[in-house]
Amino acid sequence: MNDMTVVEKTVETQRTKIAARNVNVYYGDSHAIKDVNVEIEDKTVTAFIGPSGCGKSTFLRCLNRMNDTIGTCRVTGDILLEGEDIYDKRVDPVQLRAQVGMVFQKPNPFPKSIYDNVAYGPRIHGLAKNKAELDEIVEKSLRRGAIWNEVKDRLHSPGTGLSGGQQQRLCIARAVATEPEVLLMDEPCSALDPIATAQVEELIDELRENYSVVIVTHSMQQAARVSQKTAFFHLGNLVEFGPTGQIFTNPEDPRTESYITGRIG
Amino acid sequence: MTDHNQTPAEGDAPKRKHGASLLQLTDRTKRRNAAETRFKAYGIAAIGVGLLMLVVLVTTIVGKGLGAFQQTFVTLEVALLEDKLDKNGNRDIEDIKKVTTFGYAPIIRAAMETKVETLGIESALKGKDMADILSKDAAATLREYVIANPDQIGQTVEFAFLAQSRVDGYLKGRVTRESIANDKNISAEQLDFVDQLIEAGTVKKTFNLAFILGADASDARPEAAGMGVSMLGSLFMMLVVLALALPIGVAASIYLEEFAPQNWLTDIIEVNISNLAAVPSIVFGILGLAVFINYMHLPTSAPLVGGLVLTLMTLPTIIISTRASLKAVPPSIRDAALGVGASKMQSVFHHVLPLAAPGILTGTIIGLAQALGETAPLLLIGMVGFIASNAPDSIASGLLSPNSAMPAQIYEWAKRADPAFYERAWGGIIILLIFLVTMNTLAVILRRRFERRW
Ligand SMILES: Nc1ncnc2c1ncn2[C@@H]1O[C@H](COP(=O)(O)OP(=O)(O)OP(=O)(O)O)[C@@H](O)[C@H]1O
Ligand SMILES: [Mg+2]
Repeated sequence: MNDMTVVEKTVETQRTKIAARNVNVYYGDSHAIKDVNVEIEDKTVTAFIGPSGCGKSTFLRCLNRMNDTIGTCRVTGDILLEGEDIYDKRVDPVQLRAQVGMVFQKPNPFPKSIYDNVAYGPRIHGLAKNKAELDEIVEKSLRRGAIWNEVKDRLHSPGTGLSGGQQQRLCIARAVATEPEVLLMDEPCSALDPIATAQVEELIDELRENYSVVIVTHSMQQAARVSQKTAFFHLGNLVEFGPTGQIFTNPEDPRTESYITGRIG
Repeated sequence: MTDHNQTPAEGDAPKRKHGASLLQLTDRTKRRNAAETRFKAYGIAAIGVGLLMLVVLVTTIVGKGLGAFQQTFVTLEVALLEDKLDKNGNRDIEDIKKVTTFGYAPIIRAAMETKVETLGIESALKGKDMADILSKDAAATLREYVIANPDQIGQTVEFAFLAQSRVDGYLKGRVTRESIANDKNISAEQLDFVDQLIEAGTVKKTFNLAFILGADASDARPEAAGMGVSMLGSLFMMLVVLALALPIGVAASIYLEEFAPQNWLTDIIEVNISNLAAVPSIVFGILGLAVFINYMHLPTSAPLVGGLVLTLMTLPTIIISTRASLKAVPPSIRDAALGVGASKMQSVFHHVLPLAAPGILTGTIIGLAQALGETAPLLLIGMVGFIASNAPDSIASGLLSPNSAMPAQIYEWAKRADPAFYERAWGGIIILLIFLVTMNTLAVILRRRFERRW
C-alpha cells in the first residue's frame, strides 16, 4: 500500500445521520445483503468499497428506497434517517428521495435543457415561489456542481449535449438542487476521465460541508482521497467499517487487507 | 532430389498452419468466398423480384385507374323554358320541385337538337337517340341546378353534362364498334354522332373532380359515381378510432408497462394482447355485428359502428407499439426522475411519455392506416353494398347515418358488372393508396425526426 497516499485528515466525529440496523436484502431467493449494521455520519464522506457483486449498490439503493422499483427486492431490518425509520409504512419514498439525493454511475441528464435539468427537482417540490427564485436555485446548484462557468452561457441548450464529465457534474447539480441532506453516489466517476474525476472529487470534498455523502467506488485511491470513513463489503457482508486512514493502513480483517492489496477483487 | 534443390530452406521455415502463403487462397477460403458471393446474388435477386412486382403493381394500378379521374362531358346550351319548368310563373320553389326529372328530359333533348342544328351536323338519329349519349344523370343535374337557381328560369344556360359510360368508354378506348355489337345501351350510329360532336368540340374528356368529391351512383350511372361520400365515411370512422383507440391504448400500455405488477395476470393479459393483434379482422366484424348492432342496437352501416369495430382491431397494434416505445426509453431516465424525488406518475408523464411520444404516434398512424384499408369487418356491419349517395350534413349524421368507406366502396364497384365501374374501382384504389402512402410517409418522417435523443 505504499502507492496509496492517505491524505491526513482530521476525523472529527460527527452526528449520526443514517443508522442501519440488521439490514438484509433479498432479490427473490438470493440473499444480497447480510445483516449489515452501519452508522453514516453527517458532514462526512463515507466510501463503500468491495469486489464487484458484493452488494454496494444494493445497500446504497436501500438508503433512498430506490430498490422499491425492483419487484423482486425485499428489505428487512431498520434504516433510520435522523432517527426515523425510512421503511415505516407511513413514509412516502417520494418524500424521502427529496431528502436523500442520488447520483448514478452513468450520467443520466434528462433530454431537456441544462436549466430544466436542474430546475426540475425544485419545481416538483415547490422550492421556488417565482422565476427569480428558481433562477437563483439553478445558479447556486450549478455553482456547487462546479459547472456554472462552463454552462452559464448556454443554460437553454440540451443537457445531453455536454461531455460525459460535464453531464455527471450536471447530475450532481441536479441532485443538490433539491437541498437533500444526504447525497448518495454510485460510482460517479466510472465514466469519467482523470481530469473530470479530479473535478468531481474536489466537488465531493466541498459538498461535505453541507451534506452527508456516501460514495461507492472501485478505485481505492479515490476512496482514500475523498472519504473520511470507509466500509468494506464482501459477499453481502459488511466486513469492516472505520476511519479511512485506518482501513487502508491498518485493516483489522484479513479479507480487507487482501482486497486493498489486490489479492481478492 | 530435385525437390531439395528448389526448397533449400525447407528445414528452417516452420510449416505454417493455414496454407503456405497469404497470397494464395486456400480451398477453404475459396469455398467460403464463393458461398458468400452466391448468397449476395440471391439477396440481390430477391430484391430485384420484389422491385419488379412493385413496378408491375404500380403500373397496373395507375394504368387501369388513371382513366377514372377523367370523364367525358357534353357541352350544351339549355333553354330553361318557363312554360315547362314553372307553369304558374311565380317561382314558387314547391311548384318547381313538382317537375320531376322526366319533365326535364324534353328540355335536354331540345337543347341537343338545337346544338346539332347550330353545328350543322347531319345525322340520321332521332332526337331521343341523340340525347341518349348523355348520362341518365343529366336530367337530375339540370333539375338540381334549377331548384338551386330558380331565377335562371327563362334564360339559356351552358351546361357540361356527363356523357353516358359507353361514350366515355369510347373516348377512353375501352368501347369499340366491335364490342358494342350486342349492346343495347349504344349503337354504331350513336358513336358516329359522337365522332361528329368530338370534331365540333362539343364532346370532350376533362379532369373529373366529381370522382374524388362526389357520391356513389346506382348501377345504371357509373359515369356519375364518385368516392367523396365514402371518403367522409372513412374519415368519420378514423375519427372514432383515433378518439377511442389512442387514449385507451396509451393508458393501457402505460399502466401495463410502468405500473402493473409482474404476475400471472399481467402475463396472461400480455399474451392475449399479442394474440388479439393476430386475430383476423373479420372476427372483429362479426363481434361488432353481435355486440354493437344486435345487442346495443346501434344503426347498421353507420361509421360509428365501423369505427368501434376498427377500434377493437387497432387497439392491440397501438398497445404493442406504445409498449415497445415505452420500453425503449432507457431506465436511467426513470431512475433520474425518481432520484430527485419525482413520483412514479411524474416520472412517466414528465419524462418517459414525451420520449416515447414519437414512437406512439408512429404506431398510431400505422394502426390507423391499417384500419383505413380494412374491408372485411365492414362487410358484416353493412357498410359494403350500401350506395353512399348523400353527404352527411353534420357530425352526428356523419357518425350515425348509413355510409360506406373507401375500401368498401372499391369492393362494391369491383363487384358490379359494368366495366365502367371496374375502372372506378382502380381509380378508388389510387385514392386509397395515396392516403395510405401519405400516412406511412408521415410515420416514417416522425420516426426520423424524433429519433432517440438521449
Ligand atoms: N435487480 C436485481 N435482481 C436480482 N439480483 C440482483 C439485482 N441487482 C443486483 N442483484 C444481485 O445482487 C448482488 C449485489 O449486486 P450489486 O449490484 O449491489 O453489486 P455491486 O457491489 O454494486 O457490484 P458492482 O461493483 O459490480 O456494481 C449481485 O449478486 C447481483 O447479482
Ligand atoms: Mg454497483
